[in-house]
Amino acid sequence: MWDLSAHALDIARLRGATYADVRVMHLRQRDLTTKNGQVGTLAQSESIGMGVRVVADGAWGFASTDKLTREGVVACAAQAVAIGKASAIAKRVELRLAPEDAYVDSWQSPFRKDPFEIPLEAQIALLLAADAAMRRVKGVTLTETGMQFRKIDSWFSSSIGSRIHQRKMQTGCGIGATSFQGEEIQKRSYPNSFGGQYALEGYELVERLDLVKHAPRVAEECVALHSAAQCPEKTGTLLLDGSQLGLQIHESVGHPIELDRVLGQEANFAGTSFLTLEKLNKLRYASDIVNVVADARLAHGSSLGTFAYDDEGVPAQCTDIIKDGQFRGYLSNRETAHLIGLERSSGTMRTESWNRLPIIRMTNISLLPGAWSFDDLIADTDDAILMETNRSWSIDDRRYQFQFSTEIGWEIKGGKRGRMLKNPSYSGITTEFWNGCDAICSRDHWTLWGTPNCGKGQPMQTMGTGHGAAPARFRNIRMGTAFANT
Amino acid sequence: MRRKTQSHKGKTGAGKRASTPAPALLSERELRRIAERVLRLAKAAGAPEAEVQLDEVSDALTRFANNAVHQNVAERGLTISVRTVADGRTARATTNRTDEDSLRAAIDAAMSLAHSQPKDARLLPLPGRQKYARVNRFIPATASIAPEDRAYAVRAVCDLAIRRGQNAAGIFSSGQMQTAIANSRGLFAAYRQTRAEFSITMQEGAAASWAKANSPRIGDIHPLDLAARASDKAHGAVNARELPPGKYTVILEPSAVLDLLGFLVYDFAATALEDKRSCLNDRMGKQLFGKNITILDDVQHPLQLGAPFDGEGMLRQSVLLVERGVPRNLVYSRYAAKKVRKQPTGHGFPLPNDMGEAPVNLVFGSGKSSIEEMVASTARGLLVTRLWYIREVDPYEKVLTGMTRDGLFLVENGRVTSAVRNFRFNQSMIEMLNNVELMSPAVRAAGEESFEMIVPAMKVRDFRFSEVTKF
Repeated sequence: MWDLSAHALDIARLRGATYADVRVMHLRQRDLTTKNGQVGTLAQSESIGMGVRVVADGAWGFASTDKLTREGVVACAAQAVAIGKASAIAKRVELRLAPEDAYVDSWQSPFRKDPFEIPLEAQIALLLAADAAMRRVKGVTLTETGMQFRKIDSWFSSSIGSRIHQRKMQTGCGIGATSFQGEEIQKRSYPNSFGGQYALEGYELVERLDLVKHAPRVAEECVALHSAAQCPEKTGTLLLDGSQLGLQIHESVGHPIELDRVLGQEANFAGTSFLTLEKLNKLRYASDIVNVVADARLAHGSSLGTFAYDDEGVPAQCTDIIKDGQFRGYLSNRETAHLIGLERSSGTMRTESWNRLPIIRMTNISLLPGAWSFDDLIADTDDAILMETNRSWSIDDRRYQFQFSTEIGWEIKGGKRGRMLKNPSYSGITTEFWNGCDAICSRDHWTLWGTPNCGKGQPMQTMGTGHGAAPARFRNIRMGTAFANT
Repeated sequence: MRRKTQSHKGKTGAGKRASTPAPALLSERELRRIAERVLRLAKAAGAPEAEVQLDEVSDALTRFANNAVHQNVAERGLTISVRTVADGRTARATTNRTDEDSLRAAIDAAMSLAHSQPKDARLLPLPGRQKYARVNRFIPATASIAPEDRAYAVRAVCDLAIRRGQNAAGIFSSGQMQTAIANSRGLFAAYRQTRAEFSITMQEGAAASWAKANSPRIGDIHPLDLAARASDKAHGAVNARELPPGKYTVILEPSAVLDLLGFLVYDFAATALEDKRSCLNDRMGKQLFGKNITILDDVQHPLQLGAPFDGEGMLRQSVLLVERGVPRNLVYSRYAAKKVRKQPTGHGFPLPNDMGEAPVNLVFGSGKSSIEEMVASTARGLLVTRLWYIREVDPYEKVLTGMTRDGLFLVENGRVTSAVRNFRFNQSMIEMLNNVELMSPAVRAAGEESFEMIVPAMKVRDFRFSEVTKF
């Protein structure tokens, strides 16, 4: 791999590139699902190729190829330079890259059990057992289970002398039960909706989550939702479980801090951001107890935003985003760092595959834990609704106004969990919501949730991100609007 | 909205000499040769039946923002996907390596995966040879677009933005793709197409507007016209006023209609009804929508793109889904059809999968009203350019939520009178399709939430906006 990469760098330089980096990536994936007691999807795939990014005539060019021969690599590097020169036809400013050291390194995400080595029969049997346990509950009309494993190797090299190999092992799994009754479809999922939980781990994640044990509860709650009371429309106190809060962080903190959005580079597609540059270090984003970091380091946890180096060859870092409620930082890259007064990129350039350009992406954007035990939080709450497990999510293109609905809600009255509520939803304005946070549970309740499906960029790229969160309480929140009829 | 636009038809920037055209696709003969090689290897490996799907792409995309190109990319790739069928078991393995060892490894992987699962007595054998109607959606002029062509076109629209004191962001992409399916029973199907797309957002201060088009023919793409349209609307969107949430009459431009109605696609799958996850459960044959709503799925429509066969190589048939507001028919994969003793319609996804099938070439019935006529007929309402971040809130009542974006305008007494701050909507599609008052002729619409389909603009009463945002 290194020989081909070095050849691509040589060709890029000879054709006129003033900077070049090369990513060879090999992605392997296995998908298993069951539906209503039968195997659904059973597939595996691999993809290998090279992407070459250059600066030529002061503008960016990128080309990719699956032809990993000397001829293929020469053509790809030459095409990248030609594209860079074409970009210069419509450039306005000179590129300026923040300095970065050269690194020669190799890194692998830790795992105990290689999921590709676990017998398939055992994996399928586990999913079918969870599926069967859900189907035993009367009223369930659709059962779904799934596992996904990915092994991603990347070989990064650049014209400043870096040569970095990284291997990531990713595992995900989850189950869901759906019930159609009367004129209503209800669903419950475990451990999270839309596929479950994902992490940079091995098969030990599947074993730890114990899908079969949770299957009966998931199915029973799903059916019980039909006879639950409707979530009322009101303004009041909201408690969120960690998984829903993880998505809230993703949408209302993670995306608005992406500096490419702030600078207008995503204006045509993913949108811009309300966090314009003058707000840095001035905006009260949240209440005093809220602290959010962007942390790609393994020390933070092994999630989908964890790595040793980003796809621009910058080491993983931890950046304060919200410190004691104040807005403190953006996600930047080597091209944009100087625009916010940084001398170095915060290391957030990531690419989906060898055929995509690295762009600024979330790493692990996490709400740091507070001090509350969950039981104490409930006991301290007089009148609230607890909402669990995301069902829908939407936010405007500058990340102000959002609405989420969850699979299930619970009434909290007089410090106790009461009746089940169906069709819960809440909505608000980002900074008003975060300033209403008055309690966050402790590290005992904190989970680093993996979100595997974050879409951004043109051509679209899907990226995994991580979001650490514990249950938390928010005051003066509008609830129930999604299902109101006026 | 207030400025007059000039016509710029035909000015794509193309015509400058291409120095670096995109790599050419393999010929159909080469595709067939690869497919036959894979099927031979599968037979030698002991697979009683095998299917191979080949997908090749050569795409390029120039991205601009702040009136300059900031990303500019190209990709080419070929993937080979093998499915083996043996004794009621099937699985798929995919690779992008074309050497014989890698192909053998993919076949072995598919056989190994298939062998690991319980037998499914209902699994069908592979289909035999099929007949296909030829469609020509490969336009050499589109395939030969070079990065310089796109860059000159982008420079022209950025110059327009600068002249008008605005800020342009968007993409200009072009490319070619092909797909082929072959199986051990002699089936072979191949399809290729070209595609060009231009999308632009014009920003004036805090205001913005947007326009987008795509086509297999580069001659249909007029970047300067699209830029001028977005520019005029962005200028009209300045000084947006806040209105209270509530029910409004809306005039939805085709992109907004597309991105809403795209959420209905999967409800017309026979498998979705079998799974009881469709909004059409217990509603087939009933007057569900207004009598002015008719929906067809037709890949052969002259404005459509896409292969005329499905994931198993079955011919995609034209299916009348909704007739005068009554859901009449579903689409069926071979597997779903066999279960209920129907004929497959050629809408299945590649096997194995959980979703079954879907109609992906919807053609909505047209009306005769122009958007201008809809505006003129409206005493008070809102003109909606585009919708954003649409998600399903209630799958059975088909309540969707999302935001307006890039140009929301108040209509009073038949005229656009001001820009309006963006709203969040929570709206049932079933209710909406009972409240359609006027429709335009259907066009090939492009949005961001759905793939392109043929839909009209619509004037709809009592559209529910629940909250307002800050801009």
